[in-house]
Amino acid sequence: MDASAAPTRQLVRMRGRSYVAFVFCPTVPIVGWLEEIDATLARSPGFFVGKPVVLDLSAVDLSQSAISHLVASLEQRNIRVLGIEGVDAAHVTTSMPPLLTGGRHCVLTQIEPQKAEAKPKPKSTSLLLENPVRSGQSVVFTDGDVTVLGSVGSGAEIVAGGSIHVYGALRGRAMAGVNGNSAARIYCQKIEAELLAIDGYYQTAEDISATLRNRPAQAWLDGEIMKITPLN
Amino acid sequence: MAKVLVVTSGKGGVGKTTSTAALGAALAQLGEKVVVVDFDVGLRNLDLVLGAERRVVFDLINVVQGVAKLSQALIRDKRLENLWLLPASQTRDKDALTEEGVRSIIADLRTKFDWILCDSPAGIERGATLAMRYADEAVIVTNPEVSSVRDSDRIIGMLDSKTVKAEKGERVEKHVLITRYDSARAARGEMLSIEDILEILAIPLLGIIPESQDVLRASNVGSPVTLNNAASAPARAYIDAVRRLMGETVTMMVPVERKGLMNRLLGRRAA
Repeated sequence: MDASAAPTRQLVRMRGRSYVAFVFCPTVPIVGWLEEIDATLARSPGFFVGKPVVLDLSAVDLSQSAISHLVASLEQRNIRVLGIEGVDAAHVTTSMPPLLTGGRHCVLTQIEPQKAEAKPKPKSTSLLLENPVRSGQSVVFTDGDVTVLGSVGSGAEIVAGGSIHVYGALRGRAMAGVNGNSAARIYCQKIEAELLAIDGYYQTAEDISATLRNRPAQAWLDGEIMKITPLN
Repeated sequence: MAKVLVVTSGKGGVGKTTSTAALGAALAQLGEKVVVVDFDVGLRNLDLVLGAERRVVFDLINVVQGVAKLSQALIRDKRLENLWLLPASQTRDKDALTEEGVRSIIADLRTKFDWILCDSPAGIERGATLAMRYADEAVIVTNPEVSSVRDSDRIIGMLDSKTVKAEKGERVEKHVLITRYDSARAARGEMLSIEDILEILAIPLLGIIPESQDVLRASNVGSPVTLNNAASAPARAYIDAVRRLMGETVTMMVPVERKGLMNRLLGRRAA
């Protein structure tokens, strides 16, 4: 290999590409407009971080020093200005961002999904069971309410942080408000429960009045006493 | 397409083995090629009910462990040429069953038979879970009494969670077969009613088998009731159940005891 060979000349290739940028349109007084920017930043810090920003100064008449002051004030807020638009070329010095022309309007669609991603998915506060809960099964859901569309079999168990709703017969055990939620209740279409408990206070099948059996009922806490009453 | 059907109940003594034999024989009588597999390792009974106990050479465990070939362990029924038995081992226990062994046997049987009926042992342990593991359908045998119904409910929960089908997100088709139903006692409120059982279990009814001396008599002579006395009430109920399994629509008959004149005159004797 010949090390002294002259390097081949590379052609400089230019490509056109357009990007979407935020356009700021400052209004007078500039101090008031900056306060608005501050308010936006207070609501969502880092909203403009990493996003290209263009200053459109067509609505205001600013001197060269005023423009550089404005760019510096934005820089202080971690907003880097990519370019300036709508101003006489004479007002722009080499230390300022370059003058841009020919910008087109577009909708900032890509911002929405980014915002949604940033928010953590809210934790579900209820659990829906579409099938009957069979004998021997244990459903534990401490984050909120449990709703059962079928029946809860004898020997089955439902434990909920919130209330328990059973749209069939409740023949097993139901424990509501296990995290100390004394406002939790237990509702069922047909009460044949082995045990009902709310926030640690409980009643067994023996304590449940025979007149309630097989009827729609609810259980709630009245102070330290569990009450069971028919629904409607 | 072969179907694997598990006959199960949770509770013991409700009639799983009797029902497996009766359903298997009835399917074979209707021309289907059937094998009944005894999963009750250590407490085998299905060979007795089918009258094949004196011809057992190899068993399920031998096949699982590779000691014998499947064809060597299969016993053909002497009366029905479509009916085969894969007996359990009496000298071993359920720990001798492996999931992989059961899987390969069931896969092998699927290529040879139309119906594979698995007679599950009582309980919810290894034997019962392996018997239901590869099932496509399940017959849950229930007596009209609270303990049996609750145990059946437990088994249904396991069918919905511990079978291969359930783990794949599919459903095991489930049917309830009510056995030892005594219409007179049910009328007096001494038994759970059919409606109560179906309301608790919330699965379709396959059949109602009346309490009958014919069942005991058939078991004692080593013949499935559907074969021993096909005209008897329990045999007819089993045959109807099998026709429903095969997809036919058959009107459900609630067996009513026909009392003789003398019986009626004398009233019911103490049971």
